[in-house]
Amino acid sequence: MNKGLIDLHEVGMTYQAASGPVEALAGISASIGAGEFVSLVGPSGCGKSTLLRIVAGLRPATRGTITVAGRTVTQPIPDIGMVFQAPILLKWRSILENVLLPAELAGKDPAKLRPRAEQLLEMAGLAGFGPKLPRELSGGMQQRAALCRALLLDPPLLLMDEPFGALDAMTRDDMALELLRIWGEKDLAREARKTVLFVTHSIPEAVFLSDRVIVMSARPGRIAADLRIDLPRPRTVELRATEAFGRLNLELFRALTGKTGGGTTL
Amino acid sequence: MTKLGAFSRQYWPTVVLFAFLLASWQTAVTFGNIREYLLPAPLSVWNALWHGDTAWAGHLWTTTLEIIGAFLMAAVVGVALGVAIAWSPVLANALVPFLVFVNTLPKVAIAPLFLIWMGYGIFPNMLMGALIGFFPVVINTAVGLSQVEPDMLDLGRVFNAPKWKIFVKIRIPNALPYILSALKITATAAVVGAIVGEFVASQRGLGYVIVTTQSSMNTSVAFAALVWISVVGLLLYGAVVLLAHLWAPWAEGVD
Ligand SMILES: Nc1ncnc2c1ncn2[C@@H]1O[C@H](COP(=O)(O)OP(=O)(O)OP(=O)(O)O)[C@@H](O)[C@H]1O
Ligand SMILES: [Mg+2]
Repeated sequence: MNKGLIDLHEVGMTYQAASGPVEALAGISASIGAGEFVSLVGPSGCGKSTLLRIVAGLRPATRGTITVAGRTVTQPIPDIGMVFQAPILLKWRSILENVLLPAELAGKDPAKLRPRAEQLLEMAGLAGFGPKLPRELSGGMQQRAALCRALLLDPPLLLMDEPFGALDAMTRDDMALELLRIWGEKDLAREARKTVLFVTHSIPEAVFLSDRVIVMSARPGRIAADLRIDLPRPRTVELRATEAFGRLNLELFRALTGKTGGGTTL
Repeated sequence: MTKLGAFSRQYWPTVVLFAFLLASWQTAVTFGNIREYLLPAPLSVWNALWHGDTAWAGHLWTTTLEIIGAFLMAAVVGVALGVAIAWSPVLANALVPFLVFVNTLPKVAIAPLFLIWMGYGIFPNMLMGALIGFFPVVINTAVGLSQVEPDMLDLGRVFNAPKWKIFVKIRIPNALPYILSALKITATAAVVGAIVGEFVASQRGLGYVIVTTQSSMNTSVAFAALVWISVVGLLLYGAVVLLAHLWAPWAEGVD
């Protein structure tokens, strides 16, 4: 057995839907070390969101065991930041109040965290939008507000479900760099960094951000490949133009599409 | 200023239609030789409103008290029962069948019993209004508290928030537009209840005035009483709409 921060052992999940059982995950075994940035890619419906919820302890797996920080997960685990696939902002609260919600729910003084909330909003390009209601923001802006909310309490473990899915390519790249900065790529030692589990549909994004990319196969989701991304850090915009970056993109593309033989054209 | 402009742009058809109806009515009565005790002309109703020998102030006060009392009782009891139902499945199982049963009773049929139990007075009439108006509040409160996006509840679970906190921060705000929407129905029901109560047993109030005009054939006074009732009803309804605007601006235009 591995000794990572997150250990998954033969995890399986079968939903009991009205139309019959749906096997979403099967035989997922993986170990994620503390401070690791791991991306999860796979076709739509392969169980990525399901896996995040299982790790967070929001849904029990139907098979296998999950341990986080040495403890078996049976209920929601403490001290995580979670970005759901939809922004799910509370529509009656202003953006700032939404970002401060974790403080209130966790029984902390929101007044003390206000400066941090404002700073996060500014980082996300939402300075000045604090007093607005969610419905006054675009989908991408709402998603960025949800990201601020997840970061408010500075959690050591981040579970992010396509956090940049609704963003335009440019904002998306900017946010990726911001995320790496917050993660402490430049100024923190490996052990002091957050552990990140990051779901994305973008191959270049996964390569750019991650230490490791886990590729899942179509439903029921299994681990099809586990790629180490040995690109130097800190990652820079220039890196995207290097040959090594391109090669990893191709490798990941092949793992995803199952075309392992030579001669595949991109 | 622009608000006023927008308002008049939106509502001038209402005003025109209303004026047209009043004018037709007046014309029909004046030239159609309709007898006064069958259909009084708008002008005679107007006269009865201001110059007749009915002491409107006292009746108006009594009925208004009954209506407001009925509304507040229905709101408080309705919300409390809705919260109880949403909070605990045991309470829900205990209460819901009983409340459904109470709701299927024709409330008007109970009014004579109120007379036997409580005699004359404004309280039984308030109770009648509350009884007619509380049910939608219970249902909408319970529905609004339960129909929260599952993802929102997961958000609460991520932070290990206790049940009461989820209620206060997520469920109750979520239910607010539902509750306010039910209160619009309750505002109307409170008026019906108060008047029905007065029909059955009262010595004061606008409903009482209407009953007395039956024997005196003083139809214009009955119409005048109707005007007062609708004024009170409209004001209460308007207050609820205003409340919804202030308390749940995010849900504007939802219902
Ligand atoms: N609550 C549920 N009840 C029944 N089936 C579900 C439920 N949630 C998810 N599923 C099924 O489980 C499978 C995996 O869903 P999941 O949302 O985890 O996929 P995903 O990889 O996140 O997809 P996407 O990339 O589109 O977000 C899907 O086939 C879906 O239909
Ligand atoms: Mg998903």
